[in-house]
Amino acid sequence: MTLSLFIIYKAVLVILVFLISLVIAMYSTYAERKVAAFMQDRIGPNRAGPFGLLQPVADGVKMFMKEEIIPQVSNKFLFILGPSVAMFTSCITGAVIPWGTSLHIAGHDFALQVTDINIGILYVMAVTSIGVYGIMIGGWASNNKYSLLGALRASSQMISYEVAMGLAIIALVMTTGTLSLKGIAAAQTGWHWNIVYQPLGFLIFIICAFAETNRTPFDLPESDSELIGGYHTEYSSMKLGFYLFAEYINMFISSAIMSTLYFGGYNMPFIGRLGLSPNTMAILGVVFLFAKIFFFIFFFMWVRWTIPRFRFDQLMNLGWKILIPLSIFNMAITGFIILVLHK
Amino acid sequence: MDSNGPIDYLPIAITVLVAGGFVVTTMFVSNILGPKRKGKIKLDTFECGIESQGNARIPFSIKYFLAAILFVLFDVEVIFLYPWAVDFRKLGMDGFWEMISYMGVILIGFFYILKKGALKWDTD
Repeated sequence: MTLSLFIIYKAVLVILVFLISLVIAMYSTYAERKVAAFMQDRIGPNRAGPFGLLQPVADGVKMFMKEEIIPQVSNKFLFILGPSVAMFTSCITGAVIPWGTSLHIAGHDFALQVTDINIGILYVMAVTSIGVYGIMIGGWASNNKYSLLGALRASSQMISYEVAMGLAIIALVMTTGTLSLKGIAAAQTGWHWNIVYQPLGFLIFIICAFAETNRTPFDLPESDSELIGGYHTEYSSMKLGFYLFAEYINMFISSAIMSTLYFGGYNMPFIGRLGLSPNTMAILGVVFLFAKIFFFIFFFMWVRWTIPRFRFDQLMNLGWKILIPLSIFNMAITGFIILVLHK
Repeated sequence: MDSNGPIDYLPIAITVLVAGGFVVTTMFVSNILGPKRKGKIKLDTFECGIESQGNARIPFSIKYFLAAILFVLFDVEVIFLYPWAVDFRKLGMDGFWEMISYMGVILIGFFYILKKGALKWDTD
């Protein structure tokens, strides 16, 4: 493949992934309201367009047309930087996720992954860690006590659960032997999904994913009954939109990562037996991956409308005193079993 | 494990450009589109409708700082484990016991900070 073709193909793929994550994040806001309505026996948005399908568009336009208010006492540069960092980091995480195997068109192989770097998981961890800064900077720069409290809570919560998440991933890396997401997905053909080998690791990972995305039951940073809006109390217009939007993109990306790490990614047990051409299989794989992702997004919403919020000390105790020892235990057990079986 | 060249990081640069461009453009456009009617009260920080008292550049609980410092310690430890986890099968039982003893030392420190009450949130 020539360099120019390579660049064009990657650019197209990048833009495609970017647009898809934006659209999914937009419609997650709609889905969230519809799911909430369904669970609470209400109707939900139904005014804009058929079944309220244009609601996200209307919300987006509203966000654009609202006045931007930057408080007098705030630090203006950081105030703008905060939501930008939050949005930016959530947009670039998708670059290492394998959305499918590869399409073979006109003698070239087009991998359905923006890039396969051999430290894929570390890239995801690194970028999500930068995401903490978006919230911390925004909350501090607002110069509002509620925002400050929200930002403090958010940052200590996210960093606490990051340790347990890292340890859960280490146990996974021990079973797969690679850090590349493509390698991990490719190894899970048939029924060899990692959830079978790492049930405890997955449990730890999904709890941490909820905490990292600030979703209920870990939504203390923006617990509206005590902190008004938490770190985004002072934000308006598209800056507020960025914070809310980044949360939904993060939800999408973490669903994609959970599906890839533990649920076989684009693999499906029966797919090899159908005798389809490689290109059809690749496209079907993308469909399966998205089905898994949508299930996890629904699961995020399901939990949100089922479980009440933790108290802050309960949250920190769960993270430090239960999840970290549990993940270290999981790691030791995994290592021991693998070594005994491979002797 | 297959090796990577700089070319594998080029798509990440493209992603950064696309995402950064989107963020900057959106910020700029929404700044132009919205109305601009500023007022002194409007630009005040929000404090439940009452007049705001001072500002938020105030001391906060040391517990948050402790949690952050402990995070740095434990995250560095987690990073040390990654190279071992990748080459885990090659290193075999010897590597495993070495890592277990390393984790044991870490755990002693962990229980020490727990006993010291560094992560106690419900006092004071």
